[in-house]
Amino acid sequence: MADNTTAGEVVLAADGLPLKASLNRAMRKSRRRALFLVAPLFIFVLFSFLIPIFDMTMRSVDNWHVSTLMPETTKALEGWDGEAMPEEPVFAALILDLKAGAISREIGKVGTRLNYEKSGLRSMITSSARKSKKVTEGPYKPQVLKMHKRWKELETWKVIKRNTAPYTIGYYLNAVDMKYDNKTGDIVMQSEDRQIYTTLFIRTFAISLAITLICVVLAYPISYLLATLPVRYSNLLMIFVLLPFWTSLLVRTTAWIAMLQSQGVLNDLFVFVGLVDDADRLQLIHNLTGTIIAMTHILLPFMVLPLFSVMKTIPPSYMRAALSLGANPVVAFVRVYMPQTLSGIGAGSILVFILSIGYYITPALVGGTDGTLISNQIAYHMQSSLNWGLAGALGALLLFSVLALYLIYNKIVGIDNMRLG
Amino acid sequence: MNKLMKMSALAVAGVALAGMASTAQAVDLNVVSWGGAYTASQINAYHKPYMKANPGVKLNSLDYSGGLAEMRAQTESGNVTWDLVDVVLSDAITGCDEGMFRPIKIDSEMAKAPDGTPASKDFLEGTLLSECFVPQIIYSTVFAYRADAWGGKKPTTMADVFDTKKFPGKRTLQKKPVNNLEWALLADGVPLNKIYDVLDTDAGKDRAFAKLATIKKDVIWWTEGAVPPQLLADGEAVFGTGYNGRWFSAIAEEKQPFAMLWDGQVLDIDGWAVPAKGKNVAAVMKFVKYATDTQRLADQAKYISYGPARKSSGPMVSKHATLGIEMGPHMPTSFADQGFLTNFAWWADNGDEMTERFNAWLLKN
Repeated sequence: MADNTTAGEVVLAADGLPLKASLNRAMRKSRRRALFLVAPLFIFVLFSFLIPIFDMTMRSVDNWHVSTLMPETTKALEGWDGEAMPEEPVFAALILDLKAGAISREIGKVGTRLNYEKSGLRSMITSSARKSKKVTEGPYKPQVLKMHKRWKELETWKVIKRNTAPYTIGYYLNAVDMKYDNKTGDIVMQSEDRQIYTTLFIRTFAISLAITLICVVLAYPISYLLATLPVRYSNLLMIFVLLPFWTSLLVRTTAWIAMLQSQGVLNDLFVFVGLVDDADRLQLIHNLTGTIIAMTHILLPFMVLPLFSVMKTIPPSYMRAALSLGANPVVAFVRVYMPQTLSGIGAGSILVFILSIGYYITPALVGGTDGTLISNQIAYHMQSSLNWGLAGALGALLLFSVLALYLIYNKIVGIDNMRLG
Repeated sequence: MNKLMKMSALAVAGVALAGMASTAQAVDLNVVSWGGAYTASQINAYHKPYMKANPGVKLNSLDYSGGLAEMRAQTESGNVTWDLVDVVLSDAITGCDEGMFRPIKIDSEMAKAPDGTPASKDFLEGTLLSECFVPQIIYSTVFAYRADAWGGKKPTTMADVFDTKKFPGKRTLQKKPVNNLEWALLADGVPLNKIYDVLDTDAGKDRAFAKLATIKKDVIWWTEGAVPPQLLADGEAVFGTGYNGRWFSAIAEEKQPFAMLWDGQVLDIDGWAVPAKGKNVAAVMKFVKYATDTQRLADQAKYISYGPARKSSGPMVSKHATLGIEMGPHMPTSFADQGFLTNFAWWADNGDEMTERFNAWLLKN
């Protein structure tokens, strides 16, 4: 410390201490006070957002079931090479675990876990656990083999052995339509008739992109109008933008169902005007079209508001200057006005895109078969199938891809250029 | 006193000192069910008379939309606030296997029939498939159709549902493989009692999907139970699958021009499960015993068209409480021979795989 400061250069405060240090101390106090102010929000975000996300992400690799609930079998299988059927000690250990699991009533969790890897193992585990209560003495191997036909398959043991590891990438494999080949242990593609998640990821991003683009195209003129009209008109128009924004999501979605269904308002109108024949009314809902229409409508305000507030700050004199300097109106608009609205387009696009990636209520109600998104699958695995590991893996992939997109956006456009107003 | 009672109930797991609960003071029980007309029927038939007879017990009725997600979250966090849950049998089996629900000794813990038949003999055959489950009602997932859709023609079999030439129009089916695969096989000529034998083979699965593919472009898939009656009412669909109670209220209460197609109805069982780590197990078991006795199950059928799960309740089912119609012809149990029971064991093993395949199949055009 001594070598880079000399006594003559240090500016002292009134109390004799170096000015820098005393300023730092004063700042620290106010910083601490500021921290105190954000503490409630920070704690809220921590408990309601960060910890749950971390927990769900951990679940996507956690593989505690077999090693915790079948400790004896796990130990006995340690030295097993996977070449031939395991020997008597493994079966003795298995019986111990099954009995303990039947008493603690937790063995079903092992069955559930193993069934993700190979259909049929759930009932093998639960029924064997029930039968294990009657087993009193060895040799155990023949008795276990009689409990369920799948115990005789080498594949079954390979699946169990693989899942004695405390962590797994199995859920992530599942989430990208891959799996372990249960015979060889290699990672292979999921059989074609079960591939679904990559298609859904791609579709989700494609639909979100389409909705974002449509929102830009629709919101730009509206925002321009709002920003340039006299206040008394623009306020009225603003209410038209905000009114649906304030209406419940479910109400808006069901309203679209009433509008778009084949016996609905729009089709009735088309038939009345003679645009389409009564026999083949347009299918506008319960498919991709319905999802895009309803979601665009719901997300439009998220594009209009940032665009409007950015356009509001652009002085009309710039356009007048461009025109007076000889640009024709189109050139003036494209070269002078539009570049200044880019930050608004960026902000609106990021909002709409990220919101639509995570949408699931609207696609669930109006999406039919080809209009549902990856979040519908996540919701399904959370609520119905209870495969929280897979839900966690799908959610983590979605989260990471959004973060990646955000970084790319930051690299290309620069996040500092994003303005919400 | 309340705290003392809760603690003691916890400590003895509701076995040794079960009598304590009856002498103890006020207790609040959170009873979770499906909401709507169904919960209303339970409140009328069970909750109200029970609270009248036991002034110390307050039953809070909570709604949920099915599934075990919430139950599992409560069990894992160790803070179980639900005391009693109304579940479908398949969820009871899963929850029982995972230790979420408490095993129940049907004969010693549940009421006998009025003639002294033990409970295990009085509940209908095939309903006691999980040791954590007390059956309550039999409902069915069944087709209904718009009676005015094809002039005088009326569909009578499952094959008619899959015949889009003879009976054109949209069908609305639930967006999951359960039931749909069975119906496809049934329509393809597989007899009722052979469905699961066929479905257990790879060729059988392919056959089911192939048959389902023949009507794929005519299907609107639903996920919420309220949707199919609405789609039929709007004329969006001519056939729909749904819970028979919802069809009943659409036909009998709202006077919609629908008719039932009982052929191929899938019977399912709904009942009570008691969370294993609940805080008032002893008090809850007393209520469950009361709510599933012969009289109470028969009473519930006055309010909703679901069949009571006890044989002894069957003859006591009478007229609807407000509409005054005879309920017998609207009960799925009256057409049991035309339907079948879902094979829960098969679906427990194959559900994950079939759901993935079904969803992948939906995505393909």
